[in-house]
Amino acid sequence: MFHWLEKHPFFFAVGVFVTIAFAGLIEILPNFAQQSRPVIGTAPYSTLELAGRHVYIKNSCNACHSQLVRPFKSETDRYGHYSLSGEYAYDRPFLWGSKRTGPDLMRVGNYRTTDWHENHMKDPASVVPGSIMPAYRWMFANSADIETAFAEQLTIAQFFSVPYNQPVPMRDGSSAVVKMGGSVSDAKALALEEAKAVAADMKDQDVKDAVARGEIPEIVALIAYLNSLK
Amino acid sequence: MENRPLEYDYSVAKMFMFTTIILGIVGMLIGVILAFQLAFPGVNLILGESLAEYTNFSRLRPLHTDAVIFGFTLSGIFATWYYVGQRVLKVSMAESKFLMALGKIHFWLYLVVVAVVVVSLLAGVTSSKEYAEFEWPIDIAVVVVWVTFGMSIFGLIGIRREKSLYISIWYYIATFLGIAMLYLFNNMAIPTMLGTSAAGESGIGAWYHSVSMYAGTNDALVQWWYGHNAVAFGFTVPIVAMIYYFLPKESGQAIYSYKLSLLSFWGLMFVYLWAGGHHLLYSTVPDWMQTMGSIFSIILILPSWGSAINMLLTMKGEWQQVAASPLIKFMVLGSTFYMFSTLEGPIQAIKSVNAIAHFTDWIVGHVHDGVLGWVGFMIMAALYHMAPRVFKREIYSKSLMAAQFWIQTLGVVLYFTSMWIAGITQGMMWRAHDEFGNLAYSFIDTVTVLHPYYTIRGVGGLLYLVGFLMFAYNIYKTMSARPVEERELQNSSPMGA
Repeated sequence: MFHWLEKHPFFFAVGVFVTIAFAGLIEILPNFAQQSRPVIGTAPYSTLELAGRHVYIKNSCNACHSQLVRPFKSETDRYGHYSLSGEYAYDRPFLWGSKRTGPDLMRVGNYRTTDWHENHMKDPASVVPGSIMPAYRWMFANSADIETAFAEQLTIAQFFSVPYNQPVPMRDGSSAVVKMGGSVSDAKALALEEAKAVAADMKDQDVKDAVARGEIPEIVALIAYLNSLK
Repeated sequence: MENRPLEYDYSVAKMFMFTTIILGIVGMLIGVILAFQLAFPGVNLILGESLAEYTNFSRLRPLHTDAVIFGFTLSGIFATWYYVGQRVLKVSMAESKFLMALGKIHFWLYLVVVAVVVVSLLAGVTSSKEYAEFEWPIDIAVVVVWVTFGMSIFGLIGIRREKSLYISIWYYIATFLGIAMLYLFNNMAIPTMLGTSAAGESGIGAWYHSVSMYAGTNDALVQWWYGHNAVAFGFTVPIVAMIYYFLPKESGQAIYSYKLSLLSFWGLMFVYLWAGGHHLLYSTVPDWMQTMGSIFSIILILPSWGSAINMLLTMKGEWQQVAASPLIKFMVLGSTFYMFSTLEGPIQAIKSVNAIAHFTDWIVGHVHDGVLGWVGFMIMAALYHMAPRVFKREIYSKSLMAAQFWIQTLGVVLYFTSMWIAGITQGMMWRAHDEFGNLAYSFIDTVTVLHPYYTIRGVGGLLYLVGFLMFAYNIYKTMSARPVEERELQNSSPMGA
C-alpha cells in the first residue's frame, strides 16, 4: 500500500490530510457543540474596557502575563479563585498567555487600584523594587481607539449575540446592563463618562486635562480594563 | 533519453537562501536584545525614551518569534525545497516556464508580506495569538503565498521523471497540507468593519481590525491545536525532510532503514496533532482532552526517535566523518538535539511535571534547544551543502565552519541549562509554602532570583548569533571570493577531501 501511495501523489496527499485532520475532528468539534456559556456574574466588556483590552493586546502584555489561575493552593492563595470556563465567554481572543514573566492578571481588579496602576505603568521599579517590567509612558500620551472598540462591540453583538443593552445576571441576584452606544458619537460619550470616573482617581495632570477636553489616553482605557478583571 | 546529467536551475533557491540568512540575523539579533532586556531592563530604552514604544520587550517579542519562524525557518524550508525538489524528482525548474515564474512570484510575494508584517508588529497591530499575530489582510496574503508554494510542489511533482516520491517529498507535502489546515482554521475572524450601529453607520474604526471567531476556552483550544502543530509542521516535519536528503548526500551513506522511515512518517502524522492539549493542562479545557494531550505527547517519542535514530544509524560505520567534517557535525548534533528535545517535551507534558514547568522559563529553554540545536543547525547545514553546488564554488573556509560549530554549541548549552535552572527554580518558588501554610515568596522574589540565569542565557544567545554571523560571512565569501568550478559538484563533498 505504501509503495503504491508513493507513486500516486494525489492519493498520498489525501492520505496525509485525513491522518492529520483526524485528531482535530475528534478533539475540537465536540467541544464546539457546547458553546461557551457565561457563568453568572460575567458581563460583556464596556466600550472603554474593550478599548483598554486593545491597548493590552497592542503592547503584547500577554507575552509576560497570564490570565489563567490553575486549581492549585499556591495559585488560589496568590491570585484568587481558580478560573472557570464560563468566565471567558466574552473573551475574543482569549488572553491566557503562555509565560509568567510577571504575575497572573486574571483577577487583578480585586487587589490593585487605579492609583497603583498609574504609578506602576509610569515606573514599575518604583512600585515594585527589583521589577524587570519596562515603563509604558507612551500610554499617557497616545489616545485610545474608541471607534474600533465600538465597531468590535457591534460586530460581536450582531454575529455572536453578545448581550449588550440587555440585563445580565449578577452573583448577588441582581442584574446589570452593559450599555452600547447607538451611534459613534453616542459610544464616545459613554466611554468618556467612564473615563472621567477613572481619571478622577489619577494624579497625572496631563491625563486629567486630556479627559477634561474629551480625549481618552490609552492609560485610562487600560486601567478601566484591568479594573474590570475580577 | 539523453545521457548527460540534468542542469538544475537554482535561481529561486538562491533568492530564498538570502532571506534565510538576512531574516535569521534579524530574528536572532532581536532575540539577543530581548534576552538582555530581561536581565537588564535598561536595555528597553536602547534607542532612547522617544522610541521606547518600539524597542520595549513586549513590542519586540512577537517580532522575534515571527522573524525566526516565518522568516528564517520558512525561508530555509523554501530554499531547500527549490533545491531538493528538483533533484529527487529528477526534473529541472528550467523545463517549465510556468513553474519558474511561479517560484519567482512566490519569492517576491513572500518578501512583501515579510515587510508588511515587520511594520505592523512594530506598530502593535496584532491579534495576540502566538505565531498567528497577523490581522486578516495579512492572513489573506499569507494564504496566497502558501498556495503558490503548494502549486510549486505539486507542479514539480506533476512533471517529474522519478515516479516514486523520495522520503523528503513526503515531508514537504505534509508541511504544505498541515500548515494550510492549521493556519486557516486558527485565523478565522470577522472584520469589525462589518459591524453596523443602530444609527446605520458601518466601516467604523480601524479597517484591518477583526475579532476571533472563537471565544475563551474554545479559542484557546484552537490556538494551541495550531500553536503546537505549527511547531510540528514548521520545525519538525520540513526539517526532517531536509535531513533525509542532506545527511545521506553529504555522508555518501544510504538511509539506514526504509521501514523505519515509513513508521516514523505515518506515526508522526497521526500522533502529532493530538498533542496540542498539553499546552492547556490544568486550564478550563475538558479533562479528557488534557489527558489525551499528555498521553499522545508521550507516544510522540516513538515516531520522533524513529527519524532521529534512522539518521544516526545512517552514519553506522562512518563515524570518522563526524570528526573530519564540520558539516556532518552540524547534522549529527542536530539529530541528537532533536532526540533530546523530543524527550524533554513529553516529560514536560506529564501533568505533575507540567504543574511546575508551565508558565516558566523551562518551556522557553525547551523551545530553544529544539530550534537552536535542531532547526538552526539543520538549516545552516543544508545551506552549507547547497552553497558549493548553487554558486559553483568551494566553501570559503572549513576551519571557520568548525569554529562556528563549537561557538554555537556552547551557546545552545548555556541557553538551555540556564533556562532549566531558571524554570525549575521559579516553578518551585511559586508553589512553596512556609510552615504556617502561607506562600513563602512574593512574586518579585521569584523574578529577582533569575537575574544570573537571564544573564547567562543572554550570553548563550549572543554566542549563537556570533556563530550565525560567521555562517553568513562564510557563505558570502563562498559566493563572491573564489573562482568558479569547472562543473557542478555531483557527489563528492568539499568537506570530504
